[in-house]
Amino acid sequence: MKIVVCIKQVPDSAEVRINPETNTLIRDGVPTIINPYDVHALEAGLQLRETAGGKVTVLTMGPPQAETALREAIAMGADDAVLLTDRAFAGSDTWATAYTLSKAIEQIGADVILCGKQAIDGDTAQVGPEMAEFLDMPHISYIRKVVDVAADKLVVQRLMDDGYDIVETSLPVLLTVVKELNVPRLPSLKGKMAAKKAVIRKMSAADLKADEKNLGLNGSPTQVKNIFAPESKTDRTMLEGTSEEKIDTLVKELVALKCI
Amino acid sequence: MYIKVKSELCTGCEACISSCPYDAIVIKGDKAEITEMCQLCRACMSVCPEGAISEGKEASDEKETALGKGVWIFAEQREGKIAGVSFELLGAGRGLAEKLGTDLSAVLFGGTGHDAKELVRWGADKVFHCDEPGFQVFNDEPYAALLSKLITEQKPEIVLTGATPIGRSFFPRVAAKLRAGLTADCTSLEIDTETKNLLQVRPAFGGNIMATIFCPHSRPQMATVRPRVMKRGTYDEARTGDIIKVSAKGITSRTKVLETVKEVSELAVNLQDANIIVAGGRGMGGEKGFQLLLDLAEVLNASVAASRAAVDEGWIPYRHQVGQTGKTVGPKLYIACGISGAVQHLVGMQSSDIIIAINKNPEAPIFNVATYGIVGDANEIVPMLTKKIRDFKG
Repeated sequence: MKIVVCIKQVPDSAEVRINPETNTLIRDGVPTIINPYDVHALEAGLQLRETAGGKVTVLTMGPPQAETALREAIAMGADDAVLLTDRAFAGSDTWATAYTLSKAIEQIGADVILCGKQAIDGDTAQVGPEMAEFLDMPHISYIRKVVDVAADKLVVQRLMDDGYDIVETSLPVLLTVVKELNVPRLPSLKGKMAAKKAVIRKMSAADLKADEKNLGLNGSPTQVKNIFAPESKTDRTMLEGTSEEKIDTLVKELVALKCI
Repeated sequence: MYIKVKSELCTGCEACISSCPYDAIVIKGDKAEITEMCQLCRACMSVCPEGAISEGKEASDEKETALGKGVWIFAEQREGKIAGVSFELLGAGRGLAEKLGTDLSAVLFGGTGHDAKELVRWGADKVFHCDEPGFQVFNDEPYAALLSKLITEQKPEIVLTGATPIGRSFFPRVAAKLRAGLTADCTSLEIDTETKNLLQVRPAFGGNIMATIFCPHSRPQMATVRPRVMKRGTYDEARTGDIIKVSAKGITSRTKVLETVKEVSELAVNLQDANIIVAGGRGMGGEKGFQLLLDLAEVLNASVAASRAAVDEGWIPYRHQVGQTGKTVGPKLYIACGISGAVQHLVGMQSSDIIIAINKNPEAPIFNVATYGIVGDANEIVPMLTKKIRDFKG
């Protein structure tokens, strides 16, 4: 089974703050990590390889330093890694990103493609399903359990708001995963050695034989107009007095507001 | 479009470097230079003291936007029940349609003729309805194929759906197929009066920043909209509209839903539809603390939610989790007990109408979003509050 896991290197979002006065991001020394959902996708890929045999390739698009994320993935157990890096990819929105990744997967080949449900920096959850459309294959989002694996089909549980669906799909297929799916393994010593030695395959726009009008900025239908800090509330009332008095005031307010 | 630095104006002061969310500015030979990491957010333009950073245009920026007319919303149904967000979309879509001087249509897959009429009463001028058996249950491929076909035929300029597991899963396929711009999980939509572009505001970096997104050159403009943020339209029993039957002939699916399983715990957990939510965090101390919250929830007829910290501790199952990696809620009343208010939690609940925060630490960030704040131990305050409300209700 040919398994491709798509990962993204992201800033550790919890540490990104905006300065409300200047409307700019404060990100001094923010470390980068593999998008946490993608780590679960990788674990799912490694488990699939254990069940069905085959090979796990990790794929990312990004600047040259994204190579670090790929080496981390190899340390966890991926067989090889591909980095899509080219100035022509700059400014890609989800459409152009999905197009670019799908051109690479056409060359790598895949029976199962795994992605995290979304990246924690953009939070769009769009690149996975968009790739499936470009590759003309089915996809299932929010996988929380793999129920059955066969040579030509998979049965999985898809998380929904009110429970889950059990869904069967033919192969090839693209799956996006939620954290409930598994507990990712830690890198092994052998994996870390392999990661050091691994040769990362790099591909440029020319290698992908991609249509240039679909790449980077030119290929991106959406653009960012501006960024700003979220509004904070100013009409806050801190209740004073003893606990008893605070609760009295609160209940009166709630009654006045017809909450009770 | 691209961002450029006028090197004759740049003094190399580096003010722009820390302003860049994407590390896309480097200093080369004492001058700032924009690298390929640039995402065109324009953050640097406002901080440059010399005004040396500006936008440049490329020839491709001038291409015509394909003409389109009309605002569409996709009304999602599951097991015959139309999702609440669909009515909110009709409210928001009506406002957009009025600003554009156009009409508002709904698309309904599955459901009944009665459901289609309800969408009219909630504000749709037209409903495109496919009631074929294969469309009662959600599958990404056929939903995406049929919606793409309808959009190609009818050419709406705006297409919206709820940012639900269904909307967020199949809308990207439609956008990919149509080469349309799609913005995820929007919390505000406006029309730019000059250009008629749809301005889509959404949180990014886990809600730490907000971004306004637009699609200058392509139509339709597509967006998924966060539930419980937009106001519903007005319901009018007497409203009439066109209901247009849609055929799904020739559309197939490679996925098949074998079974739909409802997971309802003993507590009412449909958080997204709850009017009142009582939520607990690490400050509740354990399962015993959560029992106090259950008691309060019972007298208020509320649902119980939790922060990630409490879920990770195993005090309550994941499906109760509110926040970036859990659910987004917007009840009338949200009572946060022993929750410090990490930004990942705040993004999931800050659109609630009234927020009560109970926390020992007066500096806890939860107080920044609270309507009413009580500094104190939730384990002590909550039972007193429960008793007071019970007494009040007699």
